[in-house]
Amino acid sequence: MTDTIVPLSQLPNGASGTVKYLTAQGQVRRHLLDLGLVAGSKIESIRRSPAGNPTAFNIRGAIIALRNEDADQVFVTLDKTMEEKNESHR
Amino acid sequence: MKATDKSCCTEAYEAFGLKLSQNQLVVALAGNPNTGKSTVFNALTGLKQHTGNWPGKTVLRAEGTFVHRNKKILLVDLPGTYSLLATSADEQVARDFLVLGRPHAVIVVADATCLERNLNLVLQVMEITAKVVVCVNLMDEAARRSIKVDIEVLSRELGVPCIPTVARDGKGLTELKDAVLDVATGVTATSPRQVSYEPHVEQAAARIESRIRPYLPGWVNHRWLALRLLEGDMSIIKAIIDHLGNGSEQLLLQEGSAVWAR
Amino acid sequence: MGTLNSTLSSLLSSINQEISAKEQQKIRDSIVSSIYSCAEEIARKAAHHQTDRKFELDQKIDNIVTSRVFGIPIMLALLGVILWLTITGANYPSQLLANSLFWLEGQFTNFFMMVGAPDWLHGVLVLGMYRGLAWVVSVMLPPMAIFFPLFTLLEDLGYLPRVAFNLDRYFKKACAHGKQALTMCMGFGCNAAGVISCRIIESPRERLIAVLTNVFVPCNGRFPILISLSMIFIGGLGATASSTAAAAVVVLLVLLGVVVTLLMSWLLSKTVLKGEPSFFTLELPPYRKPQVGRILIRSLLDRTIFVLMRAIVVAAPAGAITWILANTYIGDLSIIAHLAGWLDPFAVLLGLDGIILMAFILGLPANEIVLPIMIMSYLSAGAMLELDSLTALRTLLVDNGWTWLTALSTMLFSLLHFPCGTTLLTIYKETKSLKWTAFAALMPLGTAILVTFAIAQFAVLLGLV
Ligand SMILES: Nc1nc2c(ncn2[C@@H]2O[C@H](COP(=O)(O)OP(=O)(O)OP(=O)(O)O)[C@@H](O)[C@H]2O)c(=O)[nH]1
Ligand SMILES: [Mg+2]
Repeated sequence: MTDTIVPLSQLPNGASGTVKYLTAQGQVRRHLLDLGLVAGSKIESIRRSPAGNPTAFNIRGAIIALRNEDADQVFVTLDKTMEEKNESHR
Repeated sequence: MKATDKSCCTEAYEAFGLKLSQNQLVVALAGNPNTGKSTVFNALTGLKQHTGNWPGKTVLRAEGTFVHRNKKILLVDLPGTYSLLATSADEQVARDFLVLGRPHAVIVVADATCLERNLNLVLQVMEITAKVVVCVNLMDEAARRSIKVDIEVLSRELGVPCIPTVARDGKGLTELKDAVLDVATGVTATSPRQVSYEPHVEQAAARIESRIRPYLPGWVNHRWLALRLLEGDMSIIKAIIDHLGNGSEQLLLQEGSAVWAR
Repeated sequence: MGTLNSTLSSLLSSINQEISAKEQQKIRDSIVSSIYSCAEEIARKAAHHQTDRKFELDQKIDNIVTSRVFGIPIMLALLGVILWLTITGANYPSQLLANSLFWLEGQFTNFFMMVGAPDWLHGVLVLGMYRGLAWVVSVMLPPMAIFFPLFTLLEDLGYLPRVAFNLDRYFKKACAHGKQALTMCMGFGCNAAGVISCRIIESPRERLIAVLTNVFVPCNGRFPILISLSMIFIGGLGATASSTAAAAVVVLLVLLGVVVTLLMSWLLSKTVLKGEPSFFTLELPPYRKPQVGRILIRSLLDRTIFVLMRAIVVAAPAGAITWILANTYIGDLSIIAHLAGWLDPFAVLLGLDGIILMAFILGLPANEIVLPIMIMSYLSAGAMLELDSLTALRTLLVDNGWTWLTALSTMLFSLLHFPCGTTLLTIYKETKSLKWTAFAALMPLGTAILVTFAIAQFAVLLGLV
């Protein structure tokens, strides 16, 4: 399995991933870090709002919504177990 | 000129718009958003701060007093923040009060259902001051969600008193008041867990620490300030300079005048 | 001490300059990581999780209330149900309050007669002050005593962040902040409180937008006028069907307020407050069981006392002044008639009349008194003395030339016009700028004039009235 790195907004609904790096700079980077999005953190995509944006994530036990524009500055790898789960679901 | 403890601390609070009577202890309520700070505040002071199940309900700082074991305590309800690294205005308000206002004790209200996220803030507060009591609130909700919090382990790991509460039902508040008073008056000695950083960060911080120490003998936590300088936090520099201009110099600049260094 | 200060500040800034911005960012990343991993480690030791049924239940609820299909309809339906309960529930107690308060007025009148008090004193105190007060209390208190506990229930349940979550997309399109939806929810209670709550929005530009547009959410003081007028002119009177129709009208008005808010936010973002949407996060807290008993008692007691106090402080003197204006004659017309006559030509263009417009102007201190001023002004001209029900109110208004267009224009003007004095004062305190405070009054006023003018002219053009 290859570890493909995708922007956070492309994490499929219900899937979880691991934060690899942030491309955000300045204030936005600080905000994201303070929320607990440091390299190595687990993150799960929970739901999208009716209009598809923002998306709610489970970040360290709290459900936090981010707009896709901001989430795209966080890059994650898809967790293997979830991928497998998704496979078996299909 | 040798300022007494009382006069200098009264001045320090005036900079924050607080009027303090003699022998009053100042206790701050910090914590993540929506963890029940205002509910704790109301339960302790008997006031009616608005509460609501959404983060950001409290935007104005509230103050109230209560008496416990014949000690008068001024309680300050701070806005909820995820962090004290001062990214937002709320965080700056909370941080400036903890750093420059120097309360006699800080209650950090933590959400028992989401401990990890809340401990992030607890650890940051404990870098600023040792006089911390952790109020592990929402214990009923944790039970409903089958989350077991081992308070003893938590207290041991953190090195400060941790009190389980259900603030909405008034459970655990007497214990909380006892713990706060003991910490504020120095009856309970705490040994807060300090985060250890990567070696290059620690070394750089130590170097800066030794440079600033001679200029801020009255300051209590040089390591914390050194870390902030290291990560380029301009807002704390500004806050200190502003505060110096406020006539509370002796707090920072005079040896032995620190309120809680007694 | 001064030199030490400057040595210190130069030391601090020189330390700051020694480290490159890139290095600082790296150190910060490392610091945050270290703190979080320490927190992780402690949490692992101290907290033990098992399967979390409650979390799963929360997710199921969220699947429905934020779903693509049902999310927004559920929001509207909830608002509709709350308003319907308010309207139906308030009907009877309002009547009861009005009956007893006006009975008391009769007793006061008898007393004044008995002691032989002069007419003007009876006029100012009883017909002015007391009647204004009685109106405000009987019309406002019951709806608010129902609306607020219900709304607080939703707030305590944790529903409001879901509203913000559902609506964020539209706020983003308007280049505004998603939490503006939360500040609007607070504005339902009171626009001044709504304006203060804008502090949760961090970016100054987006906060100012939220402050300036908060007035488009009808507050405490404006709901009664919307509700009673929609009941009289759209719902017909009395029956259940009419309550439903009236609730539907008020929901539509609130919806219109939201649309205007979004449009204005967008317009401001493109003109005087240019800028891009800033970083946005919104936590969706777990649903919590509200403490129904405490909410009922608190919001009832708090609101009741609040409304009563406000009524006494604002409505009583306003009632007295209105009575004096209505009973002081210059030539053969009262001052009110002069004022109204002077405003009339312009007001008619907006589908209003001079007295309505004057009531809105005199109602600047508090929106609660707009309707009482209107009523007292009409009463002072006519012969009708008893006014203890909506039917009577309808007769009074129709006698004074009201049509459905007058009612619609009045409701729209109420929804869109300038914020009350308290709110303006709060806006000044929050922005510390006279310029923005003035703007906060004139922008909605302009909107109100524009909208009512367009609708009135359109209706006249099509020969609808
Ligand atoms: N079940 C339960 N709910 C609680 C408890 N304490 C507080 N709450 C509820 O949690 C919600 C948040 O409480 P607040 O006191 O407003 O929280 P806060 O920390 O002041 O929030 P911010 O001002 O937004 O930072 C409210 O709905 C309270 O009723 C508790 O011990 N148990
Ligand atoms: Mg609060």
